[in-house]
Amino acid sequence: MDQATLKLLKEKAANIRLGVLEGIHAASSGHPGGSLSIADILAYLYYVEMNVNPADPRWQERDRLVLSKGHTAPALYAVLAEKGFFPKDELKKLRQADSFLQGHCEMKHTPGVDMTTGSLGLGVSAACGMALAAKLDKSPRRVYAIVGDGETEEGQVWESAMFAAHYGLDNLCFILDLNGLQIDGKITDVIDPTPHDKKFEAFNWNVIEADAHDFESLEKAFAAARACKGRPSVIIAHSVKGKGVSFMENQVGWHGSAPNDEQYAQAVAEIKASL
Amino acid sequence: MADIIKQATREAYGNALAEFGEKYDFVVLDADLAAATKTGTFKKKFPERFFDCGIAEGNMMSVAAGIAASGRIPFASSFAMFAAGRAFEQVRNSIGYPHLNVKIGATHAGITVGEDGATHQCLEDLAVMRTIPGMAVIQPMDSVEARAVVEWAINYYGPVYMRFGRFACPILLDRDSYKFELGRNVRLREGTDVTLIGTGLMVSVALDAAKLLAGEGISARVVNAASIKPIDEADVIAAAAETGAIVTAEEHNIIGGLGSAVAEVVTANRPCPVLRVGVEDRFGKSGKVPVLLEEFGLTAANIADKARKAISMK
Repeated sequence: MDQATLKLLKEKAANIRLGVLEGIHAASSGHPGGSLSIADILAYLYYVEMNVNPADPRWQERDRLVLSKGHTAPALYAVLAEKGFFPKDELKKLRQADSFLQGHCEMKHTPGVDMTTGSLGLGVSAACGMALAAKLDKSPRRVYAIVGDGETEEGQVWESAMFAAHYGLDNLCFILDLNGLQIDGKITDVIDPTPHDKKFEAFNWNVIEADAHDFESLEKAFAAARACKGRPSVIIAHSVKGKGVSFMENQVGWHGSAPNDEQYAQAVAEIKASL
Repeated sequence: MADIIKQATREAYGNALAEFGEKYDFVVLDADLAAATKTGTFKKKFPERFFDCGIAEGNMMSVAAGIAASGRIPFASSFAMFAAGRAFEQVRNSIGYPHLNVKIGATHAGITVGEDGATHQCLEDLAVMRTIPGMAVIQPMDSVEARAVVEWAINYYGPVYMRFGRFACPILLDRDSYKFELGRNVRLREGTDVTLIGTGLMVSVALDAAKLLAGEGISARVVNAASIKPIDEADVIAAAAETGAIVTAEEHNIIGGLGSAVAEVVTANRPCPVLRVGVEDRFGKSGKVPVLLEEFGLTAANIADKARKAISMK
């Protein structure tokens, strides 16, 4: 990866993190931990990997992203605003009654949101449907779905995995945000969904490991997914919940709570300092 | 008089998919029940547009949503129990909330599943599907209407829940002239003393009840309410105003289905007695269909009893 791209991605990821915090702070509610863990993944997807057009959000031949872990919508909203799908000012209105930025992803009113999600386990199946439709259309468009590690406790994730492998959906790529934490604690303590690699392999998926916060690692992973033919790929993205804000990192308490004014100021300062 | 031909609406559903598959470009999903839901008829003819999802109804509904979100029309089929019951939340959140163009073909509704018993006899689907904003809920009365509903659904934009039965029921509508309209009742018999509003196979039973009542000098109007949501408010209000008493008949729990929908319209607009014939808040059971219909009161005699009572309450 060239230095200019790397610099751009770092800057975009920082802006996504700032957008996440701005919205959640303004709303006094939301899910910062899992939004921050996928910020780098979203920067890579929207600035390198995916073929989208902010001027025509519903362009039929676009690549699709399904944020199956729909509670981390603030991160998707931040990258969509950064890309120009809608004005950045809207982020301040996250979760407010006069905004189209719903608490969980909603496709009808939010430009750039490809699927309504929030109830865990449903988005991945919808992504399968989109990938199947692309095949039927004989279109090269690709479908990406970000799935939470806790989310893989939902049986439907494995129903979707069976479906995608059975129909050879090699235009489909899941990104598993493996941050290790869910609301009630560590995923391995709550109800252990690991090992994800062996499970997906057993479901006949192409399994790729990546560092969710290293753009060169993500670049290799997405290239490997694109190169794989005949079956779907999953990128197991090893991430840090709350990544980029020292006091939020690896803290389960930041799954679904908003920073106060002082915490917000500190978080913003840390992210800006990282650039 | 010529014998009345009987056919299960699920048969008509499968035949209609195969027939209209030539004219329209839709896909069909099933969850390992193609032989029973009759989507197998379509599968045989258009294997490249048929996708078995296996025994995973929740996944199937969300997959259908993804297909619809990509601009194609999917029909998703299973038994009513699993389409509306097991997969309720997927139907609500993946299909209903984003108002996606998915057509749900739910077969084996009601107690006329027969021998398989209560686990498979869905008596709640009209109620739960009716509570999803924007969901059209349709139950055809015979094969002619089932076929018409399928073609209508293909040409309508939005989620549709279609309820079909396993048990053969009389074909009463005319295939050449019948046209289905959303939110429009079909009046099958004129009457002035009471209106019998039926849906699905209970429409023909209501017609039998009207004949019983006619023998006693009671004039019963009979209406087919295939469109349960939206319900034909104008026709229901007209029934209340013109006949002053209503009896509903459905193969569903009396809570939440057609009877409730009719009562909601009547109480808000033109109050009159509304008595409901249906399964009276209990689970089904195994048995031969005619025996079950008798035991659960889904009979012309019971409809006629309720009609007399409703008239007496005027």
